[in-house]
Amino acid sequence: MTDTAAELDLDGALAETRVEELLTTLDTELVGLVPVKTRIREIAALLLIEKLRAQAALSAGPPSLHMSFTGNPGTGKTTVALRMAEILHRLGYVRKGHLVAVTRDDLVGQYIGHTAPKTKEVLKRAMGGVLFIDEAYFLYRPENERDYGQEAIEILLQVMENQRDDLVVILAGYKDRMGRFFASNPGMSSRIAHHVDFPDYAPEELEAIAGLMLGSMQYRLSADAERAFADYIARRRSQPNFANARSIRNALDRARLRQANRLVARRGSTLSRDDLMTIEADDILISRVFNEDADEARAPVGS
Amino acid sequence: MRLTQGTFSFLPDLTDDQIRAQIEYCLEQGWAMSIEYTDDPHPRNTYWEMHGNPMFDLHDAAGVMVELVDARATFPRHYIKVNAFDSTKGIESLRLSFIVHRPDPEPGFTLERHEVEGRHIRYTVRSYATDRPQGERYP
Repeated sequence: MTDTAAELDLDGALAETRVEELLTTLDTELVGLVPVKTRIREIAALLLIEKLRAQAALSAGPPSLHMSFTGNPGTGKTTVALRMAEILHRLGYVRKGHLVAVTRDDLVGQYIGHTAPKTKEVLKRAMGGVLFIDEAYFLYRPENERDYGQEAIEILLQVMENQRDDLVVILAGYKDRMGRFFASNPGMSSRIAHHVDFPDYAPEELEAIAGLMLGSMQYRLSADAERAFADYIARRRSQPNFANARSIRNALDRARLRQANRLVARRGSTLSRDDLMTIEADDILISRVFNEDADEARAPVGS
Repeated sequence: MRLTQGTFSFLPDLTDDQIRAQIEYCLEQGWAMSIEYTDDPHPRNTYWEMHGNPMFDLHDAAGVMVELVDARATFPRHYIKVNAFDSTKGIESLRLSFIVHRPDPEPGFTLERHEVEGRHIRYTVRSYATDRPQGERYP
């Protein structure tokens, strides 16, 4: 009897928050990132159960929701933070569900007495939502003991502890540097319950991401272009400054540029809707990534 | 004597939850919030001291409540009010302003009679609070 009541309750709570729908779009719109998605599902499940427990008068205190997202550039930390804000809002753990994204510059002042009001203002803006601090390790500069970053961290810690109901803080950055940041700020580390690591994308995942991006921009790759792009991804990945999905977006933007140029050069002939949508292999193969390769191949011959 | 100024002046003092609800309404309208305090509560004294900076771009009343708690702790014997400023072109003025904290006891006012030419009388209101210099008005 009580079992069925609880079951109904869970379904009701799920339907009411419409969080399942959000998790599904997360699955379809974000390629890869399996550990991240698992973790988000776990957090969502915990919060849902916590809500039901509260209804059943079982109290465990509000869960600590501050998180740290670590991973290389372009692995989707900001995107996931946005979704996280929405999930927390649907589950009723933040009241408004907006995301305030800041970096060191927004928190730390330039002279004595400037930092506290600045940090507090950002915190007040973020209340009722999620505060996303990108590259949080810049807050702490051990080489300069008079750096104002420490002051910002202290205010942040105080609010993270005392106003857990009012805002959720997400710190983001590269994994190794975040590790060092937490090691030198144990207070920060202990107040963060969820450490989520964002893995790099595999080549197939990058191709899938490109597919999604092109789909949303209403472009498509021709069969040749698709092969060329796979080749491009393989080469680009091994080069320095590869920023995962962000590099893919930039590559596609450049391909669009070249496609437009190619179409304009064809003046005189008529263009079909298909022409406007299709990116050809040539648009991708002109890329510097292939040229550099060619340069290197040519260099030994010349010398 | 109980000071009646601003919105809701003839209602009993708002509770914190009611203040929070009013602030939520203001934020929904897109108004900027600010907190002011004074120790000279004369009705014609429209220039109260600002507590902190005006707060723009807030989404939730919690941000204003934090400042309010801070203001009350700093000025327990002053009058404190919350203002909502509407920056819409053509309005550009306060839309809502209400007292959220008052000293206990409130000093009240005296009515002064000036006898002028021909035994005419001019009246003026003066706050007992201003008997003492600024900063020492609420011992």
